[in-house]
Amino acid sequence: MHILVKLFAQYREGRFKAEQRDYPEEATAQAIINELNLESVSPLGVLMVNGRHVDVSYLLKEGDEIALFPKVGGG
Amino acid sequence: MADLIYRVNMTNLSFKIEEVPTEWLGLGGRALTSTIVAKEVDPECHPLGPNNKLVFAPGLLSGTSASNSGRNSCGAKSPLTGGIKESNVGGTSAGIMSKLGVKALIIEGLPKNEETFYQLHVTKNNVEFIEVPELVGLDNYAVLDAMAAKYDKKVAVMSIGRVGEMRMNLANISVKDPSGKLRSHGRGGLGAVMGSKKIKCITVDAENYKEVTIADPEKFKEASKIFTKALQENPISGEGLPAFGTNVLVNILNEAGGLPTRNFRAGNWEFAENICGETMAENIKARGGKTTHGCHAGCVIQCSQVYNDKDGNYLTSGFEYETIWALGANFGIKDLDLIAKMDGLMDDLGVDSIEASVTLGLAVDAGILAYGDGEKAYELLSKDLPNGTPIGRIIGSGTHILGKIYGLVRVPTVKGQGIPAYEPRAVKGQGITYATSTMGADHTSGYAVATNILNSGGYVDPLKKEGQVELSRNLQIATAAVDSTGMCIFVAFPALDDPKCLPALVDMINARFGASLSIDDVVNLGKTILKREHEFNIKAGLNSAEDRLPEFMKYETLPPHNVVWDFTGEEIDEFWNF
Ligand code: SF4
Repeated sequence: MHILVKLFAQYREGRFKAEQRDYPEEATAQAIINELNLESVSPLGVLMVNGRHVDVSYLLKEGDEIALFPKVGGG
Repeated sequence: MADLIYRVNMTNLSFKIEEVPTEWLGLGGRALTSTIVAKEVDPECHPLGPNNKLVFAPGLLSGTSASNSGRNSCGAKSPLTGGIKESNVGGTSAGIMSKLGVKALIIEGLPKNEETFYQLHVTKNNVEFIEVPELVGLDNYAVLDAMAAKYDKKVAVMSIGRVGEMRMNLANISVKDPSGKLRSHGRGGLGAVMGSKKIKCITVDAENYKEVTIADPEKFKEASKIFTKALQENPISGEGLPAFGTNVLVNILNEAGGLPTRNFRAGNWEFAENICGETMAENIKARGGKTTHGCHAGCVIQCSQVYNDKDGNYLTSGFEYETIWALGANFGIKDLDLIAKMDGLMDDLGVDSIEASVTLGLAVDAGILAYGDGEKAYELLSKDLPNGTPIGRIIGSGTHILGKIYGLVRVPTVKGQGIPAYEPRAVKGQGITYATSTMGADHTSGYAVATNILNSGGYVDPLKKEGQVELSRNLQIATAAVDSTGMCIFVAFPALDDPKCLPALVDMINARFGASLSIDDVVNLGKTILKREHEFNIKAGLNSAEDRLPEFMKYETLPPHNVVWDFTGEEIDEFWNF
């Protein structure tokens, strides 16, 4: 299935900003995090699918947009 | 020697030194400014009249070697909100005042002679009143230059520009930072209060101070080490903030549908990538600016930066998410360099860059200029505003008054103060903070975004009502306490997630004063301060009907989540049940 993967902050370094990628049915958000080896850079801070916060066990669906942020903050 | 209260009277140009009353001994920063304003200022007074007072108080730990402790609080009755105001800032003033033994500087009265502006020069046990006709009509950097020529280059300077001289609601009080740039007591029109008292600048002698005394230096050192380590090891304060600054929030809020766009018509913006923290960091690297920079000595987080143009020339520093959002998504400028240029201009002019930019967003609805017309906006800010033309004065009155003058309904303000950067309908905990904060719509006073959006201190769903009042209340209480210590509010990130952080902070306060406060005592201080401020506001006429968001948020749905503000008045008023 086609998933739009968006990376932010340190996760972009050496990877990409946004990419359409193919994943097998029933892939979880965690599988994408593992595949991209994100947590070797910095622990996961915020995970959103289609603009809503979800858990890493979230089962992706065709056409989902997933956004991955390391721990960041501001104010 | 014990710290003292310096009291200045502008009516007869006199000053006296007072011992600190016992009940003020354990107070600093916001706790002290709000206590003094609540006790000594008539809540019904005109904010620009003879009975308002302008109070400066460094935090409890300012002047010590504690990391991030260099914030100075300024308080008064606000001409913008009509309620109590506290605004704190980095820069060099807090540390120098503390080392000089100034617990608070209270400025009261108005000079009889309306023609003259003064400089107050604060030295050990003295305040000089110096007439400064040569500084009238100048903006902040020219004032800094004049003071640098007159004194040691380390002298602390707090000043106003032309907008402050004209007592406009947008006027801030600007403070010199360690690299000679500016930080500001930004919100609430405190620069107008300073202008009403005919004070062009306040300087604090940096040549003859002593280091602050620490009751238990060993204990202090130990606690300070733990505290610094907590700041450095936390992924947000140790890594995220230094690398991308606060502007990393553009993309997060945009993804979450909470980035107010086109004067609060939508929660995301198609050009977010143009102005985001990642783009900013790339530009800084390519152009030889600095991604990390502290607004005061002793900051180990360094969320600030130096941002240059394409040719490597300085444009601005302290380039914050809220200003970038307001000029970007909300007003429509897609060019980060132009936003930076305007940010630098607003530093020099001494205007609240959030209020000014939210006002510009509304000015589009008023038909004054087109969405995204940065050139026209620059002209309004650089020419009309500081020259006090009629349109400059209207912009200079802030969002709320501009809305009234043009008969507008979608006016994003609470208690007269422009709403910053986080859409209340889509980040509901932050909406509760905006509604209830004693400061008007102030994002720092209870940063529920942390828990609604950033997964810091747990998670409360931003689109649901459950848990938001409690979240905002706990954060506002904690913030009132932190604002009293002299700490930058970003210590809240490690404090929310690292159990060693807060006890170390309290240990430092105890070691500094030989006290034995518990964490509960500090939390109770936060509660007391909030209630004191609230009581002042009620007496000033800001009752629960003012603890509300603008009505349009109840009936206009906000894309992309198509949400409205759905709290009842009773639900909001629960906030004050503590
Ligand atoms: S983290 Fe940022 S706001 Fe806080 S003290 Fe450092 S530079 Fe100033």
